Amino acid sequence: MTGTAGEIVAILIWGFAATAALSGVMFGAQRLGYSRLSLPFLIGTMFTGDRSSAHALGLLFYLLGGWLFAFVYYFIFASIGRTGWELGLLLGAVHGAVLLVMLLPLLPQLHPRMASEYEGPVRGRRLQPPGFLALNYGYRTPLTTIVAHALYGLILGARLTLT
Amino acid sequence: MEIPGDFPEIGDYALIGNCRTAALVSRRGSVEWMCVPNFSGPSLFGAILDRDAGHFAIAPTGDYEVTRRYDGPTNVLRTTFGAARGTVELTDCLVLPDVREAELYPQHELLRRVACTQGEVEIEVSFAPRPDYGRVRPSFAKRGKLGWQMVRCPFGAMLATDVELASEPGRFRLAGRARLKAGDVRWLSFTYDESDASVVPPLGDAAAGRLETTLGWWREWSARSRYEGPHRELVLRSVLVLKLLTSGTSGAVLAAPTTSLPEVEGGPRNWDYRFCWIRDSALVLHAFLRLGYLEEAEGFLEWLLHATRLTWQRFQVMYDLYGEVKLDEKELKHLGGYRGARPVRVGNAAHAQLQLDIYGELMASVLRYVNAGGTLDRVESAMLAGVGRHVLKLWREPDQGIWETRREPQLHTFSKAMCWVALDCVRQLSQRFPMSIDGKRVAGACEAIRAEIESRGFDAEAGSYVGYYGGKDTDASLLLLARYGYCEPGNPRMEGTYRYITKTLCRNGLIHRYPDDTNYDGITAPENAFAPCNFWAAEYLANAGHQEEAAKLFERLCGYANDVGLFAEEIGTRSGKPIGNFPQAFTHVSLISAATALYQAKTA
Repeated sequence: MTGTAGEIVAILIWGFAATAALSGVMFGAQRLGYSRLSLPFLIGTMFTGDRSSAHALGLLFYLLGGWLFAFVYYFIFASIGRTGWELGLLLGAVHGAVLLVMLLPLLPQLHPRMASEYEGPVRGRRLQPPGFLALNYGYRTPLTTIVAHALYGLILGARLTLT
Repeated sequence: MEIPGDFPEIGDYALIGNCRTAALVSRRGSVEWMCVPNFSGPSLFGAILDRDAGHFAIAPTGDYEVTRRYDGPTNVLRTTFGAARGTVELTDCLVLPDVREAELYPQHELLRRVACTQGEVEIEVSFAPRPDYGRVRPSFAKRGKLGWQMVRCPFGAMLATDVELASEPGRFRLAGRARLKAGDVRWLSFTYDESDASVVPPLGDAAAGRLETTLGWWREWSARSRYEGPHRELVLRSVLVLKLLTSGTSGAVLAAPTTSLPEVEGGPRNWDYRFCWIRDSALVLHAFLRLGYLEEAEGFLEWLLHATRLTWQRFQVMYDLYGEVKLDEKELKHLGGYRGARPVRVGNAAHAQLQLDIYGELMASVLRYVNAGGTLDRVESAMLAGVGRHVLKLWREPDQGIWETRREPQLHTFSKAMCWVALDCVRQLSQRFPMSIDGKRVAGACEAIRAEIESRGFDAEAGSYVGYYGGKDTDASLLLLARYGYCEPGNPRMEGTYRYITKTLCRNGLIHRYPDDTNYDGITAPENAFAPCNFWAAEYLANAGHQEEAAKLFERLCGYANDVGLFAEEIGTRSGKPIGNFPQAFTHVSLISAATALYQAKTA
């Protein structure tokens, strides 16, 4: 296997492992009642109003997203010129924070099934928006989201190497 | 009156549900029992067990009179309050989603509509959920036009309404008043989502649409009933209760949606009935078949096949909705109990008992299912053969009997007879489906059981079968020997048993299940009349050719239903009021059996 091919395989393998770990933490937090933020559910409901299909479809897109972000992380490591679990952890925590502070609050404008607190629920838009730091989905949501993403970054930082 | 006020009578409640959870609504318009995420989960509104354990009340301020009814053959409740200056109608339902629509629905939606139909009425709303059996006192946050969110609780719960409410932090509730004029309508939609983002459906016309969908679903389901006999409305109400208590997600049938409503006011016989008893469910299957609901019967058989895998070939007395076998009993010491009846229990220690009659009830229902046109596949046949082999091993054992006595096991006559029934059904089924079981051994065991019952389970002096071998006390379960084909209805021994039961177990015209003064069940405390036994008596009379007497008794028993046709487990011997867990599937099944027996006797 050439160097580039080996790197791609490593990114795919460890991207999958990191996404699984991230999902595990988020799913565990949901089951334990710490948070109701389910990114696969939010992604899936963009495409369908059927709950079970939304979960399945969302999970598929989430996995693809996890791989995509693994490449983004790799390019960031490459541009800095080093990897390591500490760097990955930091990058993951920043990733989680950006998601909470910038991306999730924008969701009501992007998500076709998300309601707005200003207009109330209307036909086709019934999903409660996450609100600031996704606190509407539980007050521990910021913590569990940052921990999950930090773990994602930690795994990639620890396992990906630069040639 | 201060909300939620005193405990209402048990019969003052009416049931609504969505086949996944249920709620009890009092005549004062207060939801005082609802569990999440399903029937067997912790209560969210629990004022029926402790006035501070949660309620959701809507009623006029000041004095009013109440009438209520279900909206035709549905589980949608309409309560009409006649106040001094006008009338309002409160409509309550747990929404059944329209699966054809590509819309997101919450896991549960309790939808309440208040409409002023005449004059002017001021209404008061008090929303005081108390999750985890009243242990959690939530606070509320306003989420703009989406409504109120319960915060700092582990699930998503929203209340959307067009009634102006305010949070009362010291009382952990939302409250408000609204003055309605004729034609005014207000909506209150409480939604629950266990672990995903909350879904908040719109109010107004959209809510009216959801109410219509729910009404339509129940009407369509009821229209499938084939019953045309007497008391059609009450029979239909009974089967609607059974359907409501049938889990839409697993097919299991709940014995009752409540826990610890006492069998005697203030007494200790307080049990959790939010589980699936094999016995009760087998009888429900039979009732569904009698009324033409083959699909529900199939659903239950599927549940039985999959949910009981953990204990196969032995059946546990009861399982939870998904076949969980460990149902440890706990006391909730922080709850005061219905009118002080303590302890309040969750879980049920009877799950570990040996009750042999369940095998007979189960096999009889399977045989009826097959006779009604159902079929068994290879896996089901193998499973039932395994059950038969298990009965061959077990039938000589003493057990706790149908009444789940908490004393040492006895050789109960009814249990032995039901082992005979189980084996007789296996014999009949094995003639139609390939079943790996020794036919000669089955026939031999049937003969041996019968010989034993006729010699040791019958008291010649009393001229009656008795509750357990060698005893003198009788037992109302023996009325069922004729139903299950162990004994012909007109048989002198059966006639003698009927007479002896009515002579020794009847108080104020109501049959008790066993003597309550002889430590028969291991608890020395009086109890009320067990409602199903009384319907069994009517069924026996109908089957034995005493139609006039049967019709008279049935008519009288129907009079013990509450104002919306619901029965509890027991009927107060003195008061004649519903008492015990409510409403009770076993009672409604027995009503259906008696009604269909009467109808068949009449048409024959």
